[in-house]
Amino acid sequence: MSASATLERLPTGEPPLEPPDISILNPPGALQASKIPIAAYAANNPWKKNFRFYWFGLLAIAAWGLLGAITLAWPNQPAGFEDWAYTAEFGIAALVVAALWLFFTISASVRNGFLQRASNLFRHSAPWIVVSALLLTLWEILTAKTGVLPPPFFAPPSSLIDVYLSDYARLADSAYNSIKLLLEGVAWGAAVGFTIGVSIGWSRTVNYWVHPLLRFLGPLPPTALLPIAFYFFPSSHAASVFLIALATGFPVAILSWSGVAGVNKAYYDVARTMGASEWFLIFRVAIPAALPQVFVGLFMGFGASFVVLIVAEMMGVKSGLGWYLTWAQGYAAYVNMYGGLIVMTILFSSLISLLFTVRDRVLVWQKGIVKW
Amino acid sequence: MVGAAAKKPLPEESAANAAARGASKIRVERVSHGYDAPDGRLEVLENVDLDVAPGEFVALLGPSGCGKSTLLRLVAGLESPSAGTISQDGAPIIRPDPSRIVVFQDPTLFPWRTVWDNVALGLQAQGILKQEKGRVDAALRKVGLEGFTKAYPHQLSGGMAQRVALARALVNNPKLLILDEPLGKLDSLTRLEMQGELVSLWQKNGFSVLLVTHDVEEALFLAQRVVIFSPRPAKIITEIVIDRPYPRHRDDPVLTGLRHEVLNQLGLGKSW
Repeated sequence: MSASATLERLPTGEPPLEPPDISILNPPGALQASKIPIAAYAANNPWKKNFRFYWFGLLAIAAWGLLGAITLAWPNQPAGFEDWAYTAEFGIAALVVAALWLFFTISASVRNGFLQRASNLFRHSAPWIVVSALLLTLWEILTAKTGVLPPPFFAPPSSLIDVYLSDYARLADSAYNSIKLLLEGVAWGAAVGFTIGVSIGWSRTVNYWVHPLLRFLGPLPPTALLPIAFYFFPSSHAASVFLIALATGFPVAILSWSGVAGVNKAYYDVARTMGASEWFLIFRVAIPAALPQVFVGLFMGFGASFVVLIVAEMMGVKSGLGWYLTWAQGYAAYVNMYGGLIVMTILFSSLISLLFTVRDRVLVWQKGIVKW
Repeated sequence: MVGAAAKKPLPEESAANAAARGASKIRVERVSHGYDAPDGRLEVLENVDLDVAPGEFVALLGPSGCGKSTLLRLVAGLESPSAGTISQDGAPIIRPDPSRIVVFQDPTLFPWRTVWDNVALGLQAQGILKQEKGRVDAALRKVGLEGFTKAYPHQLSGGMAQRVALARALVNNPKLLILDEPLGKLDSLTRLEMQGELVSLWQKNGFSVLLVTHDVEEALFLAQRVVIFSPRPAKIITEIVIDRPYPRHRDDPVLTGLRHEVLNQLGLGKSW
């Protein structure tokens, strides 16, 4: 192959920080050679070579079995009102999960067996599976079984099932409204912040006029403006969108600016000698070069927007997860609050994961990128 | 020795022939240039006169930081001289143009673009990429990197990256190739190899070349004429015509003699 011959003939100019990634140059057939002797040997002695029991799986089964057994066999401590709902169902569910781990333990013991990818994932997650069962068991014991952590402030994990089954409509509605409000605000904030940041980085005039404003007003926490915003805007929704946009926009603007300002000037020289227009320099040179920084800004902006969203919903907006928390608190329905918090955690962490997935797609060209 | 065997008539074309194939004539007339620094004005170039004939390979040699690279930026049209005029085929140079392409010491590839997309840069900037896609593949073939189109710059070695930078320049069919120490950061083996490749690219494509280098041997190996600059503000001290056929041999006693002369002019004669 002439291409790889060229590669080997050329020593690198500077010592690279990492061994250069030439995996793209290797033909995929290279790996197959090692499989052949194993396959031949396995044909002679298939059972022994293909089955190796995954002992650690037993621990996962045992931990979840323990959770189920304790939930079912140990009677609940009387809590002064009707008994915790769904205790038996929770115990049975834990046993079903334990059975599932039995299934995966067997599939992970077979070499090149069925469900190879799921089995690998199981092996990878097994320690977490064990620990999570132990934590749930501890939680169940401290609340429902012994009452060390008393109601109404504490509730067993099984009671969350009750919340999700009885109040799913309100929770789903709250989650939907929160997401809608958040994305509306973040979209405005990201778009305006990015535009402002790029303009400051590109144009001296814009820099002169906008930079001092950004410097002066940017560090102000948007939540401090909440009372004024609710007064000035026609609706609490509009006020919240504005404040969320403000919270997102500031870090996005600052980091887009620093991204554009930090672009290697030689990139512009290269593009200009090849006949690039101003438009080309902005959209094909400055912005792509600034994107890694822009994504850092978006990450920070998302974090700030979550704070504003929840505070706004707690203070004025009559829907959303923040509202749900204060509503649950008002009725002393603390279990519902835990339920709401869990939904919130899943939602926000999924949003950040989504952002990082998009980033990894857009910035495939970067090396040494942090994995979320 | 080897030099005797190499003494053949020059295989070069006449100037008229080179112009027909798309090489530019560059004329630098009484050019001075400087910058306003915090502690007063910094004069970089002083009264420089320099002609490059169509298809000619000219090397500029001089002490580090003397202003040779500034002269290249002026010829490229990235900056305008404080005084004097620079023209290309009789028309004054006032802005960058794809007929004069610069290759810098750093490859300055765009890290977010694949090798292919980097080479396509000029055609895309000129809005002719769709019609002229074939030129990108042709340019990559010229530098022997047709197998690496989908690689990203961080996956390339220094030599490969500089080849991509060369392909990115060649795809524009430049009439003048401006080389600002293009091999300065390569290891010595890659450097020798690419010097040979530069000569053959120049001979095949027929453009004019203006090369800045710190390496006396490189200048003597590549150029038809070496222009020697004084320390800043840069003035032309002398010019040396190297009337040797290509491909040249590094042991050529004529080149060795010229090397002494060049080092003398640079004030380094005693160290030899």
